[in-house]
Amino acid sequence: MMDDDFIPVRLSVNGVPHRLFVEPRRTLLDMLREDLELTGTNAGCEHGSCGACTVLLDGQSVRACLLLAVQANGHEVMTVEGLARHGRMHPLQEAFWEKQALQCGFCTPGMLMTAYELLQQNPDPGEEEIRSALSGNLCRCTGYQHIVEAIRLAAQRLREEAEAATPSETTA
Amino acid sequence: MTTTVSERAWIGKDLKRREDPALLMGTVTYINDFKVAGMLHAAVLRSPYAHARIRAIDTSAARALPGVQAVLTGKEAAEVIGPVPAFCAEPVVEQAIAVEKVRYAGEAVVAVAAESRAIAEDALDLIEIDWEPLPAVTDALSAMQPGAPLVHENLGTNVVYDHVFTFGDVDGDFAQADHVIRRRLRWPRATAAPLEPNGAVCAYDPARGTMEIWSNTNMLNSASWVMSSMLKIPPHKLNFYPMYTGGSFGSKHFLAKVIGIAGALSKVTGRPVKFMEDRLDNLMANDSQGPERIYDAELAVTNDGKFLSLRLQTIDDYGAYFIFAITGNTNMMAQITGPYTIRSVATGIKAVLTNKNQQTVFRGAGSDVGNWVLERLVDAAAEQLGIDRVEIRRRNFIQPDQFPYKIPTGNVYDSGNYPGVLDLALAHFDLDAWRQEQARARQEGRYLGIGLATAQQRSTYSSTEFWFHNPAPATGLNSTPESVRISVGPTGGVTVTMFSPFWGNSPETVVAQVVAEELDIDPRDVNVTYDSTAHALPSAGPGGSRMTVMLAGAVHGAAARLKEKIFKIAAHMLEASVSDLELVGGQVRVKGVPSSSVSLADIGMRAYWFKLDLPPELESGLEGTFTYDHPYTTKPHDDRKDLGVFYPIMGHAAHLVAVEVDIETGAVLFKKYVAVHDVGTVLNPRSLQGQIRGGIAQGIGLALLEEVRYGADGQNLTSTFVDYLLPSASDVPSIEVYHQETPSPFTAYGVKGGGEGGRMVAPPAVTSAIEDALRPFGISIAEMPITPEKIVRWVKEAQSRHSRQTH
Repeated sequence: MMDDDFIPVRLSVNGVPHRLFVEPRRTLLDMLREDLELTGTNAGCEHGSCGACTVLLDGQSVRACLLLAVQANGHEVMTVEGLARHGRMHPLQEAFWEKQALQCGFCTPGMLMTAYELLQQNPDPGEEEIRSALSGNLCRCTGYQHIVEAIRLAAQRLREEAEAATPSETTA
Repeated sequence: MTTTVSERAWIGKDLKRREDPALLMGTVTYINDFKVAGMLHAAVLRSPYAHARIRAIDTSAARALPGVQAVLTGKEAAEVIGPVPAFCAEPVVEQAIAVEKVRYAGEAVVAVAAESRAIAEDALDLIEIDWEPLPAVTDALSAMQPGAPLVHENLGTNVVYDHVFTFGDVDGDFAQADHVIRRRLRWPRATAAPLEPNGAVCAYDPARGTMEIWSNTNMLNSASWVMSSMLKIPPHKLNFYPMYTGGSFGSKHFLAKVIGIAGALSKVTGRPVKFMEDRLDNLMANDSQGPERIYDAELAVTNDGKFLSLRLQTIDDYGAYFIFAITGNTNMMAQITGPYTIRSVATGIKAVLTNKNQQTVFRGAGSDVGNWVLERLVDAAAEQLGIDRVEIRRRNFIQPDQFPYKIPTGNVYDSGNYPGVLDLALAHFDLDAWRQEQARARQEGRYLGIGLATAQQRSTYSSTEFWFHNPAPATGLNSTPESVRISVGPTGGVTVTMFSPFWGNSPETVVAQVVAEELDIDPRDVNVTYDSTAHALPSAGPGGSRMTVMLAGAVHGAAARLKEKIFKIAAHMLEASVSDLELVGGQVRVKGVPSSSVSLADIGMRAYWFKLDLPPELESGLEGTFTYDHPYTTKPHDDRKDLGVFYPIMGHAAHLVAVEVDIETGAVLFKKYVAVHDVGTVLNPRSLQGQIRGGIAQGIGLALLEEVRYGADGQNLTSTFVDYLLPSASDVPSIEVYHQETPSPFTAYGVKGGGEGGRMVAPPAVTSAIEDALRPFGISIAEMPITPEKIVRWVKEAQSRHSRQTH
């Protein structure tokens, strides 16, 4: 492949700007994993069925295996590595830990990103809404119940955090 | 063991898993995340035919592609690697890359190593193969017919194994029976399909003649000597590194083909090579499909509902190869009579080869099938004799005072309280309320069903099961040890080293809890690591629900050795006798004199760096190692009328399920699911519940959705997750899980393994529930998966039968 077959891509991943040259056929998943060495996002099926590679593109969940890297040009990507801050787990991750919402952990990054999007859109989802949101993410280990419980727990804590933060913001 | 449940500080505590934070933050290294400098990437060209001869392969264009470093046909690979290691006595030879002919669609034909995976895949497109397609045989019954195309010509038949095992007076018991319940039952071919496929990085060092192997094989230490013959490198020059594994469920025991392909390419290029299966590779060729069986099953029963004898004839479709022989059939002999006092058994096994990917092991390993078959017969007996399904089980349970209990095959059940488990399940389910609800629903034209299964979950395998299908004298009966090393460092830090990898459950959490129990320290202060095979103690690796039992035993033993030295040093330091000392909270102190104590740090420092102040007979250092052997195995008798004790650590479960079936759409809706499991002493409730619920989800998948399907031409019709349906969050209900604890008398702390029970008990419970819902139509369910199409068809057929009868 000639050098001029490579196409420039500018994007931000977890808030960090990147400029890369990629083959047009390179998937976003391969770019994240191979070029940026962000291996938290996993390749489960590479045909868009399992959801293990779910990341957020401008806040919307996408299958990184079905998107080309060049399509992410100019966009903001968030991966599982973007959830924890300064080594402290996000409330979703804490809740997944507490409820044992994972076993082998391979689907977990995709589950977390799907759940993150859900809670952004709906801070208080019911069980059916959670199960429906997860219907595109396969887990072979857990039977999902613990994942559903974890997302409910995280939602509750995030709501409490938001409520606790609101008065101080208004007085500030 | 001297401690009782109430005295234990850490065993049984509901602790969060220590494995989880790294998994949650995406920082663990799975095999696909692993890189070494100079690494090449492999891709594999797979056969488009189920059965074909390879006349010629032209790889010249592929070799000429820039970035391609090696192209290996099967013939070329056979110059650097040997056949895939096989445990069968029969001459069925499998190569990592097919030579001369292919035997299933998706079999590897050519492998390429290139600078990137994309280039390797480009190269595959440039390979030309001259094929001679052969007729394929894709179903066991046709494969048994004379004149059927032969999968392996050298065998002269596709029936690779045919034998009837008889235990006890089966004919006499059937002659005495008032009723014989007969069913023909079909168990579908399923596959483990962990979310992470198989992968390996092999790095051959031509200067030293060594190979380093990073892979997600579960059985590292078995792998090194088993794979040696294939890689043509002596075992001590192979070093396997443990990796975090993204699920296995039995499918990642050896990964011989994946390691063989990466290894062969590394040998010819002299560079490290990664071969990572993609999903198509995995679903078409993972060598880990589950059983596909037709049973003619008979249960001899008396008028009062007592089960006397069981007679099974099995036709099992093993696919194209036979590496683990009939393990899936011998495994179920561990618990073939279930929780019942059945006194004789005959089990005939015809293993048939077909043009499909081969069967090896999937969670349950064949005992899942045995449970389903037996529970189907028990439900049928209840119906035929007009005895309640709960009552007929009660009448036949082995009673709590009968343990240890020897079943007809020779295996022994260690302990149990089956009526207790059933009572607990009934108490949480409220059967009467659901029966009323069912009656009310039927008046409204809705179909509710109640399902029940009471079944065994054997744990802690002993590998005599791999061999006793061979005629005596035995070809050798290998064993299954597991080891750990516990070291206390010079500043008192405790590290446990394991020699089996993380494969999806909780080995680190388990060993930390047991070490904490033994040393009376906080498990969070324990460091847990893994070591490669070059440094390993004996370790058979995960499989057959053994790791919790084996690791607990190994840690218990290693801690005892470690404590012996700790006490000797402390006694020397405190000028006390060992018998006057106790270990409390990480301090050794004189009993009743807390002020007279030394810490593990004091003892560690003394042990490592102050030899002159140690008792003179002690060497420097402070560690305990222990190799725990299977707690109870005996050899099979030469005539195989008694298989010996090989799977005695016996768990049990009762599942009660309520479903509603929509007869218009065939949809099955779960209304309630109660599961009570008894796996002895519970080490970590949260981890066990995860195993149970996840296993039940797989059992529901099998009952309703999952099937590896092949077309008449042998094409795999389920090579993607669009076609091979795993249960999703919308398919699996919330499940109430409860425990009864009947400790094993044979294991450390009384623990039993619980890794497979959910999947082993859910299929009969779900089948029973759907059959109960469809009872007004007189439908007897004899196959899975019970798909919506089948339900709609069965109901329509029943209705048209009914209307024919009434007109």
